[in-house]
Amino acid sequence: MLLKTLSELQGTSGAEKKVRDLLQEEITPYVDSLAVDKIGNLIAVKKGAKNSPKVLLTAHMDEVALMVTEITPDGFLKFRPVGGIDPRILVSKPVKVSGINGVIGSKAIHLQKTQERQQALKLDQLYIDIGANSKEEAERYIKLGDYAYFVTGFEALGQAFFKGKAFDDRVGCYVIVETLKKRFDNLNLVAAFTVQEEVGLRGSKVAAYHTQPDFALNIEGTISADMAHIEEEEWVTELGKGPALSIQDQTTLYNPLLIKQVVDLAKQNKIPLQFRRGTSGNNDAGKIHSSRTGIPTLSINVPCRYIHSPASMVRQDDIQNTIQLVEEILRAIPDHFIF
Amino acid sequence: MSNVQNSLDYSLLERLTQTYAPSGIERAVAEQISEIIRPYCDSLTQDKMGNLIAIRKGSGNGKKIMVAAHMDEIGVMITHIDKNGFLRFTPVGGVHITELPHRRVRFSNGRIGVISQEKLDKPADLKLSKLYIDIGAADQDEAEGMVQIGDSAVFTGEFVWAGSRIISKALDDRIGCFVAIEALKRVQTEHEIAFAFTVQEEVGLRGAQTAAFALEPDVALAVDVTLTGDTPKAHPMDVKLGSGVAIKVFDRSMITPPQVKQWMAETAEKERISYQWEVLEAGGTDSGAIHLTKGGIPAGVLSIPTRFVHSPSEMIDTKDVEAAVELLVALLEGPIPF
Repeated sequence: MLLKTLSELQGTSGAEKKVRDLLQEEITPYVDSLAVDKIGNLIAVKKGAKNSPKVLLTAHMDEVALMVTEITPDGFLKFRPVGGIDPRILVSKPVKVSGINGVIGSKAIHLQKTQERQQALKLDQLYIDIGANSKEEAERYIKLGDYAYFVTGFEALGQAFFKGKAFDDRVGCYVIVETLKKRFDNLNLVAAFTVQEEVGLRGSKVAAYHTQPDFALNIEGTISADMAHIEEEEWVTELGKGPALSIQDQTTLYNPLLIKQVVDLAKQNKIPLQFRRGTSGNNDAGKIHSSRTGIPTLSINVPCRYIHSPASMVRQDDIQNTIQLVEEILRAIPDHFIF
Repeated sequence: MSNVQNSLDYSLLERLTQTYAPSGIERAVAEQISEIIRPYCDSLTQDKMGNLIAIRKGSGNGKKIMVAAHMDEIGVMITHIDKNGFLRFTPVGGVHITELPHRRVRFSNGRIGVISQEKLDKPADLKLSKLYIDIGAADQDEAEGMVQIGDSAVFTGEFVWAGSRIISKALDDRIGCFVAIEALKRVQTEHEIAFAFTVQEEVGLRGAQTAAFALEPDVALAVDVTLTGDTPKAHPMDVKLGSGVAIKVFDRSMITPPQVKQWMAETAEKERISYQWEVLEAGGTDSGAIHLTKGGIPAGVLSIPTRFVHSPSEMIDTKDVEAAVELLVALLEGPIPF
């Protein structure tokens, strides 16, 4: 299953090759041309009739991970996050560094003083233990700058959920692959699977500049906090309520006229739709909409619980509804959707 | 010294300040400005971001100068509507959360709401998540009949005179738009001038970025408000209300190139226009985005000293406004020495 494979692949910012190679293989039968640009974005083109509008679909390939920054004399690996990771979630997690298994270590509870137990461990207190006895031994397998990844296996949970790592934004990549399999005669479709979103929207900046689309649709995995102990007004999105349309985030104010058309399209086609009701975070749309002389851009998000952690959760129906909504928007573009 | 005051139509400034235009929804201000400036420009267009671009053609022997003033104002955006019809919201632009309780906000349809707060154990507990907007709805259905998630509101703050000074909401940056409009009406020059009334400045200089990319000017001037240091126990800053237009030296988004500063100051001195130097330790404005566009564009800023910026009661002095108009016109009409 493609989403499982995508989720389990390792590919953090600046090291997206495995994800890119797989995507390339998957979409080759469905597109007219494929290229990798200088920063590493995978750009696929699916041509439509001459003079049709050029629409850019984007999803980022990179996931959050850790980078080895120091090997201690006794063979432990110190690290820094690549992208936004809460250090409090890291303790005791298994990771994989350059093919080697490791575990993020800390003092056992027995050894902690009362005061230590009350405080979350800071990044500086954490390290990866790969079972090496010395720096020399560790250096045989690991070099500075290597990445450490969460190793969560993908699986279905209950009747409707998937659990896995890196749904942000492999789920967006998956939605675009499914979209590229369809035929759109009156569109010039360009898909950009971007790099380095998690460290500052860097790939999309380059992709938007050289693809120069008339309109862009960014597909993301986004925050959901629909849990009992959190007040409803802070949920941002809810699983099972369909794709979430962004209204504002830290780098984009979405155009109300575009939003209204998507709301109407969803209603007409009976696709559940919710708003992304929070404004923290940002995504590739930030660089795309302000590229060149301005590119009308929307973000459609698949709600994910526990994002940027070793294991996030999505609903299968949300993914299907996102794929359908993207299709309806693309079908409406030549004649009905104005930007 | 000057009779400009008589020729400036401050009722236009009043209309502009009272118009609804939070970042991203600047249409109403753009329409007002279009109506006023259409007779004075050779072309008038709106780009994809919503920037309003007015071009005054040059003689062919001059340079291309961009003048930027932003149309948007700060506000709030609805993120949630609860069962009882209360709204939760997020800021649009630089909003000081602790100043919000019991301010009024206005939506595009005219609906007024008041911001209030949950019970707080101590004043320091005040944060965004404790605040809500009451629009007088009895329940969720009634509220959703009037507003919806994603709608934005602006703060209310009427336009009043205080001697030679004006107090109003949204002087940031309708005063910049006003100065640009007055300059556009008056200027006679061999340079080509591109007036960009920009969008989304308050959320990150976004409109100016795309406008500058499209226009590719030889030099750019933004007109915006700046802070002052002339109130009781203020943060030290050598800008005073009523002491003339401020020429920006530095802010968080740009360091003005020496040749631009010199050009601006020498022009002011030659024309006997009062000016002051501005070193702003916080914030930035459109020139910050413009000067980094393409291969780099020399840019400066004419600032209107303003007290209580980003409050519903921003205060300016008309003497500074007049100096700003005079300096902008002189800069656009004179030679550019670089």
